[in-house]
Amino acid sequence: MGSTSPATEDPGAVPTGTPARGPSASGSIWKDAGRQLIRNPVFIVCSLIVLVVVSWALFPTLWTDKGKLECDININRTPPSWFPGTPPPGYDTDLDGYPLGTTTLGCDMYSQLIWGARPSIVVAVVVTALTALIGTTLGLWAGYYGGRVDTVISRVTDIFLGLPFLLGALLFLALLKSQSIWAVILVLVVLGWTQMARIVRGTALSLRDQDFVEAARAMGATNHRIILRHILPNALAPIIVLCTIYIGSFIAAEATLTFLGVGLKPPEVSWGITIAQGQAFAVAGFPHLLVFPCTVLVVTVLSFILMGDALRDALDPKGR
Amino acid sequence: MSDSDILSAGPVPEPADSKAIASLHFDPTAPLLDVQELRVDFHTHEGVAHAVNGVSFTLEAGRTLGILGESGCGKSVTAQAIMGILDSPPARVVGGRVLLSGVDLLTLNEDDRRQVRANRIGMVFQDALSALNPVFKVGWQLGELFRKRLGYSRTQARHEAVRLLDLVGIPAAAQRVDDYPHQFSGGMRQRVMIAMALALDPDVIIADEPTTALDVTVQAQIMKLLADLQAERNMGLILITHDIGVVADVADDICVMYAGREVEKADVYSIYDKPAHPYTQALLESIPRVDMKGKQLASIQGLPPNLTQMPPGCAFHPRCRFARQRCRDDTPPLYTVSPGRLSACHFFQEVLDT
Amino acid sequence: MGPYAVRRVLQFIPVLIGTLFLLHYMTVLSFQINGNPVRALFGDRQPPPETIAALTRAFGLDDPCLEQTGNPCIGMFVERMTGYFGGDFGVDFNQQPVVDLIKRAAPVTLRLTLLAIVFESVVGILAGVLAGLRKDRFADNFVRVVTVLAISVPIFVLGVLTQIVFGLYVGNWVRDRGAPDWVQAIFSVSYQSDFPWASLVIPAMVLGATTLGVVARMTRTGLIESLRSDYVRTGKAKGLKSRRIVGIHALRNCLIPVITLIGIDIGTLMAGAIVTEGIFNIPGIGGLVYRAAVTGETAIIMAVVPLLVLVYLVASLLVDLLYAVLDPRIRYG
Repeated sequence: MGSTSPATEDPGAVPTGTPARGPSASGSIWKDAGRQLIRNPVFIVCSLIVLVVVSWALFPTLWTDKGKLECDININRTPPSWFPGTPPPGYDTDLDGYPLGTTTLGCDMYSQLIWGARPSIVVAVVVTALTALIGTTLGLWAGYYGGRVDTVISRVTDIFLGLPFLLGALLFLALLKSQSIWAVILVLVVLGWTQMARIVRGTALSLRDQDFVEAARAMGATNHRIILRHILPNALAPIIVLCTIYIGSFIAAEATLTFLGVGLKPPEVSWGITIAQGQAFAVAGFPHLLVFPCTVLVVTVLSFILMGDALRDALDPKGR
Repeated sequence: MSDSDILSAGPVPEPADSKAIASLHFDPTAPLLDVQELRVDFHTHEGVAHAVNGVSFTLEAGRTLGILGESGCGKSVTAQAIMGILDSPPARVVGGRVLLSGVDLLTLNEDDRRQVRANRIGMVFQDALSALNPVFKVGWQLGELFRKRLGYSRTQARHEAVRLLDLVGIPAAAQRVDDYPHQFSGGMRQRVMIAMALALDPDVIIADEPTTALDVTVQAQIMKLLADLQAERNMGLILITHDIGVVADVADDICVMYAGREVEKADVYSIYDKPAHPYTQALLESIPRVDMKGKQLASIQGLPPNLTQMPPGCAFHPRCRFARQRCRDDTPPLYTVSPGRLSACHFFQEVLDT
Repeated sequence: MGPYAVRRVLQFIPVLIGTLFLLHYMTVLSFQINGNPVRALFGDRQPPPETIAALTRAFGLDDPCLEQTGNPCIGMFVERMTGYFGGDFGVDFNQQPVVDLIKRAAPVTLRLTLLAIVFESVVGILAGVLAGLRKDRFADNFVRVVTVLAISVPIFVLGVLTQIVFGLYVGNWVRDRGAPDWVQAIFSVSYQSDFPWASLVIPAMVLGATTLGVVARMTRTGLIESLRSDYVRTGKAKGLKSRRIVGIHALRNCLIPVITLIGIDIGTLMAGAIVTEGIFNIPGIGGLVYRAAVTGETAIIMAVVPLLVLVYLVASLLVDLLYAVLDPRIRYG
């Protein structure tokens, strides 16, 4: 996942499910994990933040009555009155109804941040869902069947992993010459599935020869059934942990690509665009143009990643 | 310095550590190792576990003491407490004395304590594969003792490492010093461990389950090696094991531990002849014997108690076939069965007579 | 060691060719779908068809397979690869040999990456050791919070914020007090060619921050695990000083994966360099790639990106071999 992803941090740290136990035991793992998570303040705070941001994305009008493109260039780059530091001369800070000041284009910073949640969340959720689907399927096949299937899938994974994530995404998007949300999703999925496939493959490989799988095979279960009923449920824990972390990473990746000018572009409203537009002026004495969108972005990404970490700790039986 | 210089090197450089140790006044007439009422607690989430509960024994030079017990009975903790290598927290020595030639090790400061290790007391661990550092050559790990403790040069240390490997019977020692631990077989690795414990010529060796991880045939070789070296150097040997067969051959005295306490102490012959504690008796009955072939092998019912919630009275009573009300109420003291023979059972006479 | 190295190199070749082919196919598809990038050079003007044809030929984009959408243009790929091995990387849209562009930009990026690696290893390992030794105490919690931040904050956010705080506020403060030039260069908002090292210090810290977080966390976990291991207990039984037990015995073991990680993360650094060099206006390889990607200069992309990928893959290969040297257990595996 390149520079934007903490998921590359330490693949070994992802819990490898509950390989020693049969599928029947996994129920209690989830219940235990749930009990542990409810008592974890970090997890609670992060989930609340995630809920708020998701509600921005789903129902922005609940949070703001200003329109997405309701901007007035005459009042652009105005810092809010409470913001420390003196604004450059000629900038009035006594604007009513602009709690976070205005953006580079004179839109209300607060409502731009609300509207900006939607593309980030849509990209991140869709990409994560598709990556999980592709990565899990290929990983399960490679790990379970082994042999030639595994060789082909593993080599293809290697080739994609040979391309540093951000480098590849930048390149592909530039070559695609399309800056729609769908182009971003396509490129992120194409480059993002490999890590998931690799981890699921590892889990499937370790589960394949477990006794309960052998037992199912001896009872005449089809491969298809063994994968769905026995391997997948046990591989679910690392997949879910990885997905939570992925959502955060893909939000960061989308913002990074947008910032670099190959992701989304105006009139779309997104955090990455707001930051990119603010960057030039921030150095010229308007730091609020960066501080607010960066804070929102960082807090959101951090919440997903910490949620994933908490889930990992809760689902990893060794950690207790 | 050339090689030949080292081989003919007369006086060994004045060891930095032995000087510091000289500040301690070891008394050659005192017992070699005298452990008195040693107590160790573990502070865990479930509460305080009394891992060692007042253990006492004496070890003289040239003698072998076998400490026998199930896993979790506190025998390894006792050994580590004597060595001073317990992880604290969670472990804490809360009482007792460990007198080495009259010096109480528990009262020493950390630096003096460190100097005693390896120099006066050597230790052989159970699993040599994990006890040796996987990324260093065995010769380096052996030589480290000489370089860091005695200030030897690299070449001298290597020379010593070869000598030691040769001493513990590793073939082609001069070549094998440059091998890594994983390149040795289990038995050879344990020999390396023994060489390490012997390196600084200690007075006492503590061997914690030295043969548990090994094949039966190799076990015998390792035990013989330990016994030979001990006799040759007139060391005191503490042999910790759960295997009653291992101690039988080499130990002079035996101390049986259960749930952090000694339950029986005697010389090896009396114990094997007639155990004076039901636990020892049960242990002896659980050895498979050729003359009992085809019969059900005796095993001890139940599990050792949770050390955070010890049963009242005698800790063994829930599993004991002699148990009665008194055992649930009164903790038995160590009764003197005969001179030099102790048993922590109210009804030792009954046990002796069965 | 020998057979292991040979096997790794043999595995490496198909991956390298595969990755290069993937890049090639992407540029070909882009041409086939979006049309000739040469035309885009002229914007709204309509140059005579002969000019376009001549330029297209000069850039090596005149292969008829580029007219057939989906055609992988194997012939072109082979031609390009032969060119690469002969040191011919083509020319950019200004007719400059790409090799020259790389030669000019590479030293800057090399310095930046080197500083970043030094920063992330030294600070990361020290922080990890500190946290590991003081587990669950203040220092540990502090390091854990900072590293989570370093890992989660996207590098461009870190870049723009650092630029404001250090380049602008601290920079102005330093300049107001007439600090020496090199200090001013450290706290400047952009690269200064007069101070090729000093003005890269802060960008390098930004670039290395992500990996630093990971390095610190791995060192911490590894050290805690090592300190619980049997060989550390043996070290105590040998009467070694605890500084030696931690510094030699425990650290040597837990640094093996950390060193591997630092090597593998060269890929992350190169990708991050695109962002960092963009923000701090550094004329390195990253900036080159970024500009080429935006203007669609196939020649530069097809020369520089494979080069970066090659560096990355070779680095992973070397790290793999280094691992075998550091950990004797897998040397013969």
